[in-house]
Amino acid sequence: IRFILLQNRQGKTRLAKYYIPLEESEKHKVEYEVHRLVVNRDPKFTNFVEFRTHKVIYRRYAGLFFSLCVDMTDNELAYLESIHLFVEILDHFFSNVCELDLVFNFHKVYLILDEFILAGELQETSKRAIIERMGELEKLE
Amino acid sequence: MNPFSSGTRLRDMIRAIRACKTAAEERGVVRKECAAIRAAVSENDQEYRHRNLAKLMFIHMLGYPTHFGQMECLKLIASAGFPEKRIGYLGLMLLLDERQEVLMLVTNSLKQDLNHTNQYIVGLALCALGNICSAEMARDLAPEVERLLQFRDPNIRKKAALCSIRIIKKVPDLAENFTNPAASLLKEKHHGVLITGLQLCTDLCKASEEALEYFRKKCTEGVVKVLKDIANSPYAPEYDISGITDPFLHIRLLRFLRILGQGDADASDCMNDILAQVATKTESNKNAGNAILYECVETIMSIEDNSGLRVLAINILGRFLSNRDNNIRYVALNMLMKAITVDTQAVQRHRATILECVKDSDASIRKRALELVFLLVNDSNVKPLTKELIEYLEVSDQEFKGDLTAKICSIVEKFSTDKIWYIDQMLKVLSEAGNFVKDEVWHALIVVISNASNLHGYTVRSLCKAVQTSGEQESLVRVAVWCIGEYGEMLVNSTGMLDIEEPITVTESDAVDVIEIAIKRHTSDLTTRAMCLSALLKLSSRFPACSQRIKDIIIQYKGSLVLELQQRSIEFNSIIEKHHNIRSLLVERMPVLDEATYNGRRAGSLPGTASASNGAALNLPNGVAKPPAAPLVDLLDLSSDDVPTPSPSGGDFLQDLLGVDLSPASSQSGTIQAQKSGTDVLLDLLSIGTPPARSSSSTSDILSSIQDNKTSSGTLERLSSPSALSAQSSSPAGGSPIMDLLDGFAPNLATQENNGPSYPSIVAFESSSLKLMFNFSKSPGNPQATTIQATFTNKSTNIFTDFIFQAAVPKFLQLHLDPASSNTLPASGNESITQDLRVTNSQHGKKSLVMRIRIAYKANSKDVLEEGQINNFPRGL
Repeated sequence: IRFILLQNRQGKTRLAKYYIPLEESEKHKVEYEVHRLVVNRDPKFTNFVEFRTHKVIYRRYAGLFFSLCVDMTDNELAYLESIHLFVEILDHFFSNVCELDLVFNFHKVYLILDEFILAGELQETSKRAIIERMGELEKLE
Repeated sequence: MNPFSSGTRLRDMIRAIRACKTAAEERGVVRKECAAIRAAVSENDQEYRHRNLAKLMFIHMLGYPTHFGQMECLKLIASAGFPEKRIGYLGLMLLLDERQEVLMLVTNSLKQDLNHTNQYIVGLALCALGNICSAEMARDLAPEVERLLQFRDPNIRKKAALCSIRIIKKVPDLAENFTNPAASLLKEKHHGVLITGLQLCTDLCKASEEALEYFRKKCTEGVVKVLKDIANSPYAPEYDISGITDPFLHIRLLRFLRILGQGDADASDCMNDILAQVATKTESNKNAGNAILYECVETIMSIEDNSGLRVLAINILGRFLSNRDNNIRYVALNMLMKAITVDTQAVQRHRATILECVKDSDASIRKRALELVFLLVNDSNVKPLTKELIEYLEVSDQEFKGDLTAKICSIVEKFSTDKIWYIDQMLKVLSEAGNFVKDEVWHALIVVISNASNLHGYTVRSLCKAVQTSGEQESLVRVAVWCIGEYGEMLVNSTGMLDIEEPITVTESDAVDVIEIAIKRHTSDLTTRAMCLSALLKLSSRFPACSQRIKDIIIQYKGSLVLELQQRSIEFNSIIEKHHNIRSLLVERMPVLDEATYNGRRAGSLPGTASASNGAALNLPNGVAKPPAAPLVDLLDLSSDDVPTPSPSGGDFLQDLLGVDLSPASSQSGTIQAQKSGTDVLLDLLSIGTPPARSSSSTSDILSSIQDNKTSSGTLERLSSPSALSAQSSSPAGGSPIMDLLDGFAPNLATQENNGPSYPSIVAFESSSLKLMFNFSKSPGNPQATTIQATFTNKSTNIFTDFIFQAAVPKFLQLHLDPASSNTLPASGNESITQDLRVTNSQHGKKSLVMRIRIAYKANSKDVLEEGQINNFPRGL
């Protein structure tokens, strides 16, 4: 995975995690381009778009677009599943998560993400394990 | 109290920012917060540091610059408590990346944290390291991470595994250290560790060959067993996703097996059973199941041949292809591209479905399908496929048209069996999407047309029809204009009718009409107009009745602001007016452009001929080099003949040989030298009896074309100086002032440089009526270059007029002709003409100069031509 973006329909980035080094200005450009690509796609189309030399796998949940940029050789369907798993975890953690939750608790969202994906690869596939761990981490605060 | 003091809680700040109604308001709020944070930073405020950093991160996410916070991260990481460290690391990962030097300062803290007793802190450190470490940090901290691979807590182990992946990516040499511990990870029960371990092993295999071997020998069976277990495992709520236990693990296992099995027959054998089982038993109504099947198919395709499995795989793909879900179809198309290399037949069966996909409304699917179709084309199905594609071309949308056109053109070229079909298809494509067609494509078309002599009539008639309907497609217009120019009389006389054609009547003025429309259209660009002018010249000779009208059209461009058009217009005009006698020779049918050479050239292999001396280009206005961007189209020749000079000059394929060549002379002669091996044969300028090897490229110089009706194709290195041209065109009757400019000969004798070794003058050539002497001089600094002053003396009693001297040299020499002092040679040696030549000998010292010359003049109103070879150059030149 090269980067993960969470954007709303207007283009505001709610979460941006990059696993490759990019300059600030490049990051903004990338976010803008991905948003444009993704927001205009008809829901009937595939969830995979070519982006520069990689693929973007995206899914829309309510008003948020979850986009993952991966290499050309990766299994798209698997990443689609992982997006869904991530959303489920968020849902469980925040109890019926909505966009506002993500905005106000962005640091927690990052923590969850870091438990789920590290160095661009999947770290843990069990929802329960991740939630448990988050619980432990919260206790330490 | 200041609402924005450092005491503000994070929530409140976020709320305040969200409450702003305008961007300016938001900026104001952010600015105040930043100021407060900056103040706190400089005061070294401990208490609220982590809150401030959290605020800073939020501001960063909004897009504002936050560099002043970087040191704060470091301080937070260095502090003792977990919450501070957590925010510190988070800030680190968000605000910094591996390329910043500040990161080095963190290395020490990271090292300490990696050895911390609190495993959560260790986890934090591993996380940060895994996400943003740089190469040096990786090297420093690798041993710690290695140790942690065997830590007691599985959470740490899995983080350490992923961290190692990054380390290996950054420093591939360290791969050996990680091989052993990684292998032990594969025996874990904990899914998280197993997955990360698999990932680590996969990357290790990619990074190092030995690791791959090691894993192959030791771990293949183990992995197969794990896959078997998990495929057969009962329902496990923790990992269940839509009925399948941990599909992610399945997929990772399959991928690892793929790497292990690729290229190795034994390993592949091990896996066959389990692959078959997974392929058949996995449910495919949910995405998770499909994901597993997809990975399985990919694995089957990559490992060593096993036809049973392969059939299974292709069946699955076939099912995918007809699935209603777009995602699945996309994935299937992707896979089919790889499957083609394995089993073309099977894929051909699905051709119809794939063609449907080309027309799908989803852009991603269309693209994939098109590529797949391209791979599927073979001799038997090319005609129907092309037909379909061309029909689709008409309705496709703009972005797609470019791709589609390119693909259709390459298909047609590769697989065309007979010329008429090729021409037909290309015509259709050009009419539809000519604007998207690249230059090489219509050049190739012209080459093919010129080779298909029996189809000339048919072609020109079809083109005429086509251009009347689709005149806005540039390429189509260009090809049409060229053909009408070349084969105009076939058009009018309806020669060479094929059975399938309907008779049409086209009069001469109709033909001229077509060209006139093309040239007048405001969207036509420079190339098109230039080609139109050339075509008009040709027509003026083939249709003498329209000559006046053509002349009128051409004259309109005399004052054009574009140099190329102006030049052509004036020159052509003068040819029409004054030079009737040579006009028909000039516009003779183009020699057949040799396809093989053309293809070779296109591949960039042949550099090509053309004026080695660009001397022509230099001194005279008509030879002024054009801006490289404009495709330089030669007077008469349009395509392919010319050299696609190697990139230095922009590699434009159509280049004017007539001295407007842009490429540096040296590169050309160098490449020409390289290309033609061996023979020192003097290539004859306008050779009579061309050496057969060089029959291909024809020069397209006015002068050479005079010869073309005698020989097949001239080419080669000829040097006609434009002084020759201007000599022709500046015949006495004062032309327009522009003509005089073209006259261009200020007796431009190069000053003799008499320093340097002197060489004896030689009588280069002598005949009964003419004597030619060469005087040599060299400049001391440049031993390879020689300046020759040629002196022509008239031995007869007739005055010679229209005196033109030309010379040709072998490839290792470069020759540059200056304009002659005059082109009238008075009788009996009363006066002589002098002309300077500059020769550069790249084989100076090894070979001496040789030269072949040709002199043309008029004596007693008779044209005389003398030729000779000069072998008596002094040595050492």
